[in-house]
Amino acid sequence: MKTLRGSVAVAGVGETAYYKRGDAPDAEAKLALTAILAACEDAGISPRDVDGFASFSNDRNDPSRLSAALGCRELRFSSMQWGGGGGGGSAAVANAAAAIAGGLAECVVVFRALAQGQFGRFGQGPRRNTIAGEFAHTIPYGLMSPAQMFAMKVVRFMHDHGVHQEALRAISLAAYHHAQNNPRAVMYGRPLDEATYDASRWIVEPFHLYDCCLENDGAAAMVLVSAERAAEFPHKPCYLLGAVAGSHHRAGAPVHNTPEYASSSFPTLAPRLYEMAGIGPQDVDVLQSYENFTGGVLMSIVEHGFCAPDACNEFFVKERFLAPGGDLPLNTSGGNLAECYMHGLGLVIEAVRQIRGDSSNPVPDAAVSMIISGPMVTPVSCCVFGSEATL
Amino acid sequence: MSQPYLAEGLPQPVPAPDGLDAPFWAGLAEEKILIQHCHSCQGWQWGPEWICHHCRSDNLGFEEVSGEGRIYSYERVWHPVHPALKDQGPYLIVLVSLPQAGDVRLVGNLLGDPEQTVEIGAPVRAVFEHHPQADPPFTLLQWQLTA
Ligand SMILES: [Zn+2]
Repeated sequence: MKTLRGSVAVAGVGETAYYKRGDAPDAEAKLALTAILAACEDAGISPRDVDGFASFSNDRNDPSRLSAALGCRELRFSSMQWGGGGGGGSAAVANAAAAIAGGLAECVVVFRALAQGQFGRFGQGPRRNTIAGEFAHTIPYGLMSPAQMFAMKVVRFMHDHGVHQEALRAISLAAYHHAQNNPRAVMYGRPLDEATYDASRWIVEPFHLYDCCLENDGAAAMVLVSAERAAEFPHKPCYLLGAVAGSHHRAGAPVHNTPEYASSSFPTLAPRLYEMAGIGPQDVDVLQSYENFTGGVLMSIVEHGFCAPDACNEFFVKERFLAPGGDLPLNTSGGNLAECYMHGLGLVIEAVRQIRGDSSNPVPDAAVSMIISGPMVTPVSCCVFGSEATL
Repeated sequence: MSQPYLAEGLPQPVPAPDGLDAPFWAGLAEEKILIQHCHSCQGWQWGPEWICHHCRSDNLGFEEVSGEGRIYSYERVWHPVHPALKDQGPYLIVLVSLPQAGDVRLVGNLLGDPEQTVEIGAPVRAVFEHHPQADPPFTLLQWQLTA
């Protein structure tokens, strides 16, 4: 089997300060440049040596302009992963890694920048009088926001498997718990307890306010290089063990007609990831699982084999998900719920920090660190990083 | 029916510029549910496509089906994201499967008390919600529990 396993390493990671939506003092393009410079500095490389860029979710910052602004020597690779939401977070890593492994480029930046104050929000309905195409079959019935697009998948899954609300709550509580140790987190100093979750308003059942991601401004970036160069950089080496993207049969069937509907879109991808990485769920030391909504995390964890579908009520308890001692430390930076919503690239950076040992909630001796990106959309993606010992 | 389920002011549906779903919207105006059907393999599909995903034929038409369906999933919305709905209060969206059309699914609202308990699998029947004063006029396909 052809594989990316062990072929690419992370040289550095970086981000801007994270802001409440609309509060960033800088333009989105400057945020992107700031994060890329931070990642280059973390790697100890000159931005002149960056020769490729990979992003996702229709990022507005064109690689040609970034390359020019950074004074890069040349541009050899520029890649945009199709699809919205955070489904492309690990896919952008996969695309960058494939470019390096295939000899198209040597030093590729994966990045995402968002300034919603400048460009408008995600969670809002459209402001026009008529609607045509697929959305004509949903928006006139009041189905228009991301929360509304995904809630019916989660309702069906919870119905089929008898899942209680407390399982979703555990995911949210773990994220907020971890954010209290992370000074970068937007929810740092703002803990969440069971009673506050339970009393919070419904957005759309089964999502309370605290089941929904934040909306933020900022940018994040990481620098990927060939694995042979991993020892050149200041941090403990972090290798890509596997990365896959896509979705199951007809996941994109219009108007909620996906045959396997109550799904996070990972039934085919999870086995492919494990095969490429040469691991199974029992080998994962720490997991970052993209939270657009907690229900997507729940289905992602099931579809990646951590928990049987009918065992969710026993499995999804907060203590299991807490670093350092839980069996499956989850979203250890606070994630999209409590650190920052950077379309999940922050989760990828946190996974790297766990391997390096410089997370704000370190999992002792973490050797296998996994990311699940963008449940319920299509395409989705996932990847695994490992320490030198896992090669 | 007299009152629309949701407050007026949401974007109103118009046929796709490429005409792909135009027969569906024209059918609703005449109180008919027309779903895409393949003349080659007799398969059903929804939303409409240019070819049949079962057999790849482009010999497709729209066939009338009865308004009997079942609730496949649902959601109760509390937080409005469109200004037209700011005083709406909670409302119910249902995903309805049509057993007579290969269990293709349609999105609509479940009429009645928005705080009612909803049962997945419950039988529902179609209700045509006409908006004759709109420009252009349109019809939405709503659902109510079968008595
Ligand atoms: Zn056919």
